[in-house]
Amino acid sequence: MIGIRIPEPTVEVKPLSEDIRRSMLYKMLQIRYTEEKLQELFLANAIRGTTHLCNGQEGVSTGVAAALRKGDTVTCTYRGHGHALAMGMPLKSLMAEMMGRVSGCCRGKGGSMHMTDASLGLLGANAIVGAQLPIAAGAALTAQIEKTGNIAVSFFGDAASNIGAFHETLNLASVWKLPVVFICENNRYGEYTPQHLTTPVEDLSIRAISYNMPGVTVDGQDSEVVFAEFSAAAARARAGEGPTFLEMKTYRYRGHSRTDTGPYRPAGELEAWMERDPIKILADKMIAAGQLDQVELEELTQSVQREILGAVEWAQREPYPDPEELTRDIFYEG
Amino acid sequence: MTVLTYREAVRNALADELRSDPKVIFFGEDVAVAGGVFKVTPGLYEEFGGERVRDTPISEEAFVGMALGAAITGLRPIVELMFADFIPVAMDQIVNQIAKYRYMSGGQFVVPLTIRSAQGGGVGFGTQHSQTAENWLMNTPGLKVVVPGNPADAYGLLRGAIRENNPVVVLEHKGLYNMKGEVPDDLGPLPLGKARVVREGSDLTIVATQLVCQHSLKVAEELAAEGISVEIIDLRTMVPLDSETLLSSIAKTGRLVVVEEAPHASGWGGDIVSLAADQGIFYLDAPVKRVNMGNVMFAYSEPLEKLAIPSPERIKAAVREVLAT
Repeated sequence: MIGIRIPEPTVEVKPLSEDIRRSMLYKMLQIRYTEEKLQELFLANAIRGTTHLCNGQEGVSTGVAAALRKGDTVTCTYRGHGHALAMGMPLKSLMAEMMGRVSGCCRGKGGSMHMTDASLGLLGANAIVGAQLPIAAGAALTAQIEKTGNIAVSFFGDAASNIGAFHETLNLASVWKLPVVFICENNRYGEYTPQHLTTPVEDLSIRAISYNMPGVTVDGQDSEVVFAEFSAAAARARAGEGPTFLEMKTYRYRGHSRTDTGPYRPAGELEAWMERDPIKILADKMIAAGQLDQVELEELTQSVQREILGAVEWAQREPYPDPEELTRDIFYEG
Repeated sequence: MTVLTYREAVRNALADELRSDPKVIFFGEDVAVAGGVFKVTPGLYEEFGGERVRDTPISEEAFVGMALGAAITGLRPIVELMFADFIPVAMDQIVNQIAKYRYMSGGQFVVPLTIRSAQGGGVGFGTQHSQTAENWLMNTPGLKVVVPGNPADAYGLLRGAIRENNPVVVLEHKGLYNMKGEVPDDLGPLPLGKARVVREGSDLTIVATQLVCQHSLKVAEELAAEGISVEIIDLRTMVPLDSETLLSSIAKTGRLVVVEEAPHASGWGGDIVSLAADQGIFYLDAPVKRVNMGNVMFAYSEPLEKLAIPSPERIKAAVREVLAT
């Protein structure tokens, strides 16, 4: 069995309230089974294009979203269904977008890689690696100048820490002390290639040192640890102390995209990480605290699956965009 | 009416917009404390403060992307990319992000963002500090592109760009910064998308912008002495393109020469010719001619640079050729 190093928390991790736990558990189940359903729909050619699933990484988006406030903003990656659902995007809105329907969050013009809902603070999922970091820093600039007390968050993968936009943005955000938190979801692979072949450091958080900002490596599989570490970073940002870089150690159960089964992964690695499944970790804590039992977990899972099926069936009946949508919103008219 | 240099006109436009709207912010390399490498922005930092007027690191991708993030969350950022040759450094943010953010979100965002950049040759800056950028940008739907050719336009069109609720790239010509011209005292923001007939004529239409528009004016004046009447259209904005002014001019003159300070291949002159062929073919009495940089690039040495940019002599030769057919 491959061993997994679990980073030590750098802040006190208190058990969250039963309400927050319940909400996080629900969101993680929603993300997990949405991704499973999407994979099935893609393989059945019921959805076109490509998709990048985040099963296994649910603890990160869910733990962060639970600690955000209204008015905070998020940019994320093309592996972004989890961030969208964690931030509260309705399942129907996501499913309709996946199917290119006009009732999708982007009127069907974004698709799998661009789940966006400005009303929830979701400023866009991005299909260009690293491009979302400066955009979040810009939202943080608005918060700083307008003194709103809001913060911006940017999610990105381990491979994005090798692209120029990452380094440029960390540098500038630190110089201007912007209220932004950079969250690297280190799932160990940049597309098909393991981190050690592309990156000379193992803990990416040390890259924060040269930008004079705190860098913390976090156990991304435990949503309560994520919540606690992120809350500390968010408090720093809100207090005007500038950005923080959080590296969340996590794992994607699926391959990079639609047809990748991940044959490049060493035997046993997936199984070892599944032992540290984020849903299981939270559910076990709730069971131990008497907040949940197996029967209830099973019922919750089934109800989430029914909800997803309902959203799929609904979305499949929704109309496609009218031809006029092709030329609409290239420019704002007015 | 006040006589201003192109440089002063740009500065006044920035100052007037920063003054009229607290949501307007301005940042770029050396624009604040130093007042800009072309001395276009002195005094803005002193008047509006370091919160709204900021110096950035040499990180074009980051600060252009930050302008987008600021624009979609309620500010009206203006960023300066010192030389238009640096636009490709930030091309991902400009092409993949800024231009597409509204469209691919299904209209969720308004992107009131202005990028200013100094382009063009003629001043000896060599291969990587002289290029024009319109053609790189016009191929991307979602961007408006402005090319002011005199001080009044530098003032009015920049203010118009900053007021736009869409991304606009304003390409100032660095060879025109010292150009003087009258700017009406009551001039406000000008609407984008209107070309101007800068010289009326009846025998032939020249379409041009910025430095080569000045060259064309010189040519027109010289030819007038021979009794040849050349009409000159300054496009002023490349996107949106004012096809009406172009078509009504060739309806009058029947002859067309397009002058571009840019390479030939995929150049905007091809769009003008295509428009003339598609909607104006029956107005034309002669084949059209493009005068541009062919497929060469800017060189440092003065005689070579002069050969690359359409000169008055080359423009005049093209005009004579079209008039002779």
